[in-house]
Amino acid sequence: MIRYIIKRFLMMIPVLLAVSFVVYFLMDLAPGDIVGMMAPPDATEVEIEMMRKEMGLDGTLPERYFRYMKNLLKGDLGMSLSMKRPVIDIFFERFPATLKLAFGSIIVAMIISIPLGIAAATHHRSWLDGASMVTAMLGLSMPSFWLGLLLIILFSLKLGWLPSGGSDGFLSIILPAITLGAAQAGNLTRITRSSMLEVIRQDYLRTARAKGVSEKKVIYKHALKNALIPIITIFGSTLGNALGGAVAIETVFSWPGVGRLTVSAINSRDMTLATGCIIMFTIFFTLTMLLVDIAYAYVDPRIKAQYSK
Amino acid sequence: MKKDLVLNVKNLVVRYETEDGIVKAVNGLNLEIERGKAIGLVGETGAGKTTTALSLLRLIPEPPGVEECGLMELDGLDMLSLTPKELEKVRGKDISMIFQDPMTALNPVFTVGDQIAESIHLHEDVSYTEAQRRAIDMLELVGIPGERASDYPHQFSGGMKQRVVIAIALACRPKLLIADEPTTALDVTIQAQVLELMKNLRKKYQTSLIMITHDLGIVAEICDEVAVMYAGNIVEKGTLEDVFNRTKHPYTEGLFNSIPNIYDRKAMLTPIKGLMPDPTNLPEGCPFHPRCPYMDEDCKKPQTDRAISDTHFVRCSAYDRPGFHINRKEK
Repeated sequence: MIRYIIKRFLMMIPVLLAVSFVVYFLMDLAPGDIVGMMAPPDATEVEIEMMRKEMGLDGTLPERYFRYMKNLLKGDLGMSLSMKRPVIDIFFERFPATLKLAFGSIIVAMIISIPLGIAAATHHRSWLDGASMVTAMLGLSMPSFWLGLLLIILFSLKLGWLPSGGSDGFLSIILPAITLGAAQAGNLTRITRSSMLEVIRQDYLRTARAKGVSEKKVIYKHALKNALIPIITIFGSTLGNALGGAVAIETVFSWPGVGRLTVSAINSRDMTLATGCIIMFTIFFTLTMLLVDIAYAYVDPRIKAQYSK
Repeated sequence: MKKDLVLNVKNLVVRYETEDGIVKAVNGLNLEIERGKAIGLVGETGAGKTTTALSLLRLIPEPPGVEECGLMELDGLDMLSLTPKELEKVRGKDISMIFQDPMTALNPVFTVGDQIAESIHLHEDVSYTEAQRRAIDMLELVGIPGERASDYPHQFSGGMKQRVVIAIALACRPKLLIADEPTTALDVTIQAQVLELMKNLRKKYQTSLIMITHDLGIVAEICDEVAVMYAGNIVEKGTLEDVFNRTKHPYTEGLFNSIPNIYDRKAMLTPIKGLMPDPTNLPEGCPFHPRCPYMDEDCKKPQTDRAISDTHFVRCSAYDRPGFHINRKEK
């Protein structure tokens, strides 16, 4: 098991290398030149070249890339071109808000989707099944900025119960978490349902019932644990995505997360900041998926046995 | 003399109401089992054996299943009046079941020890640690080293898994054990071991047994009585000697005729002609009449059980005809 985890950590290196390569070169291809944008209108060619050197943007593309990678290995993501501060500092100033929203939304999604998916599966083809699938489709297909606006209108403007934006205190996270969680719940409900449907016909549940296990325990203990693998997978990728920020929701609720940070970095051609953010997302996403794989081992002993080989 | 019955079932009807029609799986079955006795429930695939077993545990999935029954008493306890909560207390404690396929009967994500202990913990007033200790005893009783209690089902072979299933079923010393083709999915060599184990444990615990099988050899080995099922009903029931040596029903005769003769390996098998009737569309009267060599018009009328002796009955109207007998000779 430990060996497996170490192996997975080492496997992150090529992934990060590939991502940094693609991102760095794509960013370079993007039109617009930050030096030209930032230089005063009356700057001479020589002054602009000096600025470029100061910002570390001189030299050919491969040269710059290798310089960047050398610093990256030291944990240095460079200086933000537009804010003149280390990228890593800016990122971690904004990251706690994203972390809060990501976990808040996934908790909302779990509270909705797991009981709903199980109820849909245990009442297969009944009205309950139909209703929960329609709800899940709604959650999936509703644009989240629109749901966010509706919630603001209802709970902030009409009822005045919750703040419409910002990130101070527990109350302010409720609406963004529900908005993001509703979208995630759609997918999770469908996965929970289909995974449970597969398990619910298994012989070992009949064995459990024949032992005198109550129906509730048959479903929530014996069946759910067997159905968890696909649920954890989707749960992990949903969480991983949420750690990359949710631009639409951060915008609607003026939530100070990393999603908006990245978009504004791209808009202002702040390449070091944008690249740094994307590399951080990659790290968090691969870490989340590693946690998912470790969770598999705890859920299914057969997978654990494979890991220890 | 009044019989000491562990199970008394009268007029059991189970049907599955599906979109393609009503499947009549069990049609007015009566079954009595005396304490400590083992009865073999024999019949072709689709005769309703497993459905009968599940309905005794009141585990027929509803819908699509519908279970109706005139009387179902388990050791004097009226099973039909129990609430779902009360049924949970009876299942696994007074009546338990061994399933056909051990490969799928165990939950892959729990240790076998926990799966045995769960049953003990549910039904007996012991702590979970004590239940686990007793689970280890049960494992040893079925011939598996106790330290394997913390292993998962995928670490066991088919025969070992079936031993675990037996340990679960017997953990609370049930009054009635239903074994649904417990050896069908196993290798022949393992079959003998498992049967031997069941035979010994049954003796030890004084458990009554319903052995569902299509293997007449197993019945002869293990059972005291035989009930032959066809299309959802028992067509002949008696002691081993009654049914094996003084066969009365034409269907039972057909079953014996289709056993290969080990003394004459060149002899042709004589299978029963035709197929099991479609359970959504059973023939009138005796369901066997379209395949029966002795059929006449009376067979299309409703059938009743006819006592041959105190222990033996047959459900066949041909015995109304004077001097009727089947071709198979009495021994």
